[in-house]
Amino acid sequence: MPEGPVEEILESINLHKSFNRDTPHVVINANRVLSSKVVDGLEIEPREMPDGVRARLRVARGTKIKQPVHLCFGMLPERGIQRIILDVDIEDEAEVSFMAHCTFPNAVDIQHLMEAEIRVGRNARYSYFERHWHSDEGLVRVVPVARVRLAEGARFSTEFELLKGRVGIIDIDYHTDCLAGSSAEMKARIFGRQDDRIKIKESASLDGEASRAVLVTHIAVRDEAMAEINNEIIARAPYSRGHVDCKEIIQGQGVARAVPVVEVQHPKAHVTHEAAIGSVDSKQLQTLMARGLSEDEAVDLIIEGLLS
Amino acid sequence: MTILELRDVSFAANSAGILNGLTMEFWEGYVHAVVGPNGAGKSTLANVIMGLPDYRHHEGDILFEGKSIKSLNVDERARLGITLAWQEPARFEGLKVSQFILASAREKNKDEVDRVLELVGLEPVRYRNRAVDKTLSGGERKRIELASILAMKPRLVMLDEPDSGVDIEAIERIFEAIAHLKEEGTTVLLITHSARVLEKADHAFLLCSGMLVDKGETAKILEYFSGKCLPCPHKNVPDLNSGRKTGGENA
Repeated sequence: MPEGPVEEILESINLHKSFNRDTPHVVINANRVLSSKVVDGLEIEPREMPDGVRARLRVARGTKIKQPVHLCFGMLPERGIQRIILDVDIEDEAEVSFMAHCTFPNAVDIQHLMEAEIRVGRNARYSYFERHWHSDEGLVRVVPVARVRLAEGARFSTEFELLKGRVGIIDIDYHTDCLAGSSAEMKARIFGRQDDRIKIKESASLDGEASRAVLVTHIAVRDEAMAEINNEIIARAPYSRGHVDCKEIIQGQGVARAVPVVEVQHPKAHVTHEAAIGSVDSKQLQTLMARGLSEDEAVDLIIEGLLS
Repeated sequence: MTILELRDVSFAANSAGILNGLTMEFWEGYVHAVVGPNGAGKSTLANVIMGLPDYRHHEGDILFEGKSIKSLNVDERARLGITLAWQEPARFEGLKVSQFILASAREKNKDEVDRVLELVGLEPVRYRNRAVDKTLSGGERKRIELASILAMKPRLVMLDEPDSGVDIEAIERIFEAIAHLKEEGTTVLLITHSARVLEKADHAFLLCSGMLVDKGETAKILEYFSGKCLPCPHKNVPDLNSGRKTGGENA
């Protein structure tokens, strides 16, 4: 049995044996900050609110944090709202990566609302990997909203993964403004089942010369799950480059919709997109079945690859 | 001993006969070749034997180790030990080489992945974590597909045009893998129109317009194929009146 809420949260994401409390981290349950650790150059100022936590994160100019900063947002109660408000400043020339886990192991009726304002300074680097761990009941509503501003030469990448358990309802809305020479990469990989609902809106505005953006969304929906993807890149500056990649596999009564929008406002800008929605590729399926996998096993492996 | 037998197998698509009354026996542990010009029905024959969904509605019967497999699906035939390597292997976005090989492997461990990669001449440390996708060349994908088959340890493997799209070094590795399969007792069926592939077989069948023209020792079939089939004198025109393709002067 877990000894306390920190252990219970870590156990729910299978990190209870490997988690090192000396690494930079913040562990939050509902609206309580249970544990935190910072290192030189990293400031984390969490403030508890009635329905969540507001936190300011700052990486000082020129600081390069070698270890990933672990953020763990848990909701151990069965019901309730958890609002996480992040105000993030990665100052010029700084580098940091975040490893975030969101877990709702006992959810009956949970809302997890994330609002982030992120500023990445000149030539700074910021990467954020977020993995969700949901129960099999599908009784979670997740609404992450992020507004990102990249200064000249900044690099920003974010990756959202929800593969274990039921999605419930998810409504992602990320937008990034890119100044000259900056690059943004936003990825989402989600597996929807039963009556899960997935809505993703990722957008990037390439405002500066030679700025870059790649938006990648890989989704699988089966049973009666539904997914709607609206990804958009607007290129306004010379030599800016963008690519929108949306791939969705549907099975059963699943429904998927993809609306890639590319807009180019400068003759020296270039944006491409690809969108593919359909059932599992028959040649892939036949290849794996010709090795002895059942159809279900083959489909699972193909989806695992797509979402990897 | 016969491991696979076709009894009067005919197959048509869109009312055009592609395989016409094929009766063939494949002997266990042999490397057989099915040779013929483009459009002879060689790949269709492999697809029919594998039981692919669009190739199940054939006439006649197919027996594996004396039992009909006509009613079996692809995966059921594969679990008996029959498998097929496509001329153009599938790409799997995001799927690692090691995952792809382990999916079919009898021994599901990292050592087995490394063993079969080495057998096809691919350095395990460079390849096991790569994706089986468009970042691999056609020759690399062909070798990785062959590695997955080596890990499967099948009873009968059909290799469709094993030399297409691969360089000289790769084809030598593929030939070595074929020899290894034979050493392990696997029956190999090479689908080819290439003389250098045909030379690797112990026994060959010559197909023309979906019909069996000849069979026997490889040298005899190679001589006939090189001398009278290439170029094809009749262009595989179907004889719609008989429901069968004409065999031209070779038939």
